[in-house]
Amino acid sequence: MSILEVEHIGKSFDHTEVLKDICFTLEKSQVLSIIGSSGSGKTTLLRCLNFLEHADSGVIKVGGKVVFDASDKEYLKESVVRKNRLHFGMVFQSFNLFPQYTALQNVMLAKQLQAKKLPEYKEKKKEILQEIEDEAKMLLYQMGLSERMDNYPHQLSGGQCQRVAIARALALKPDILCFDEPTSALDPELTGEVLRVIKELAETKMTMIIVTHEMAFARDVSDKVIFMDDGYVLEHGTPDEVFNNPKEERTKQFLGRFIANNN
Amino acid sequence: MDTFMEQLPVVVHSLNIGFLQTMKLFFVTLLGALPLGLLICFGSKSKIAPIRVVLKLFIWIIRGTPLMIQLLIIYYFPGLVLKNPVWGGGEGGRFFASSVAFIINYACYFSEIFRGGIISIPVGQDEAGKVLGMTRSQIFFKVKLLQMIKRILPPISNEILTLVKDTSLARIIALQEIIWAGQAFMKGSQGISGAIWPLFFTAIYYLVCNGLLTLLLGGLEKKLEYFR
Repeated sequence: MSILEVEHIGKSFDHTEVLKDICFTLEKSQVLSIIGSSGSGKTTLLRCLNFLEHADSGVIKVGGKVVFDASDKEYLKESVVRKNRLHFGMVFQSFNLFPQYTALQNVMLAKQLQAKKLPEYKEKKKEILQEIEDEAKMLLYQMGLSERMDNYPHQLSGGQCQRVAIARALALKPDILCFDEPTSALDPELTGEVLRVIKELAETKMTMIIVTHEMAFARDVSDKVIFMDDGYVLEHGTPDEVFNNPKEERTKQFLGRFIANNN
Repeated sequence: MDTFMEQLPVVVHSLNIGFLQTMKLFFVTLLGALPLGLLICFGSKSKIAPIRVVLKLFIWIIRGTPLMIQLLIIYYFPGLVLKNPVWGGGEGGRFFASSVAFIINYACYFSEIFRGGIISIPVGQDEAGKVLGMTRSQIFFKVKLLQMIKRILPPISNEILTLVKDTSLARIIALQEIIWAGQAFMKGSQGISGAIWPLFFTAIYYLVCNGLLTLLLGGLEKKLEYFR
């Protein structure tokens, strides 16, 4: 069974349709890249998956269970949304780290707040908090940031900030980790270090959806690629199908420069 | 009492008592107006339109009229017009009425500063909190509040310094604060009359007080410099 099923998602802002009947599925441990020009609806699609926007139509299922159905108001309730969005992790283009917390505190915060609601929190407070801290340190170690744990975001480079943001998202153990143009705010050198981390995550079989303009990266790391244009999914296939044998003229046109540079 | 050196201790003693009242009004206003301002701020962003409209109107009236007039209305209106002197008599009643007027007035100014602080925080902070499964109150208290305090500290400091001096407006309903105490020596009090220098002297109290507050608030700003 697919871990993620997206069925007939549609979304309009005012009277502009930005997502039109989006359908796709994703298997566990697969990496899906979403490519396309700016304004094609990629980011909006990702934001609908994380319920930062609510789709006007369609259904989203995770592990076969409905987590969103546009025809049922129940799924718009704040408490329901809050629970369901934990299936997804989100890494933003501009990191959105909390500036008043250190790297380590950024990674621990959400988990600590969740732990407070555990029935055994009062008795085992110390052990629980220690466990959260150990896990957070482990994640930062994985991200190559052991030396940077006690630094505040403004003391870190963009690439380091983004790696903290990835650790922060992983701390909640999401089923699917989403990236919204994770390297668009970074220079080429820093882009490299972030892409390397994402690649390592792919090797650990993390299920991921990546909205990106890094074509070579999308081709190399993905199991599946979606090409979006004007709110539609125009291509949906393996990297080989989409990059080397695109069906649509629009895809060829979009990929033209990238392919010309690489062949 | 003729010589300045004879008058000085008498005057200073009187001014000290007046300044104590000034400080009482200052702290009571601050303690009341900060939380009330936050409440008005949330209310003016409420989803319920009538609440929003009423509060906007209220803020407009309070910010659009002199505090001195507000003091006069709040103090005299219940007694003279409604025949129901809610404030009670004497210095206690005057202090009560002054406190209410000052708290309402400053809460409105604070609420607008808070509102500015809240909207100045990038929407990404909200979204990051949301995708981490935080509740709205967790996002406000754990993520946004400290960033907001850091941003509004300079304008709030400004208001606080202004408040120290504005307390002198309570003189209009004869609250016995420091200006009232200084003025008493012009009309005649404790054997001193026609002396204007005690009034000039009051400026030193304000100046020293605001100097200390400036240091304190500056220190607070410095404390929050650890993040950007």
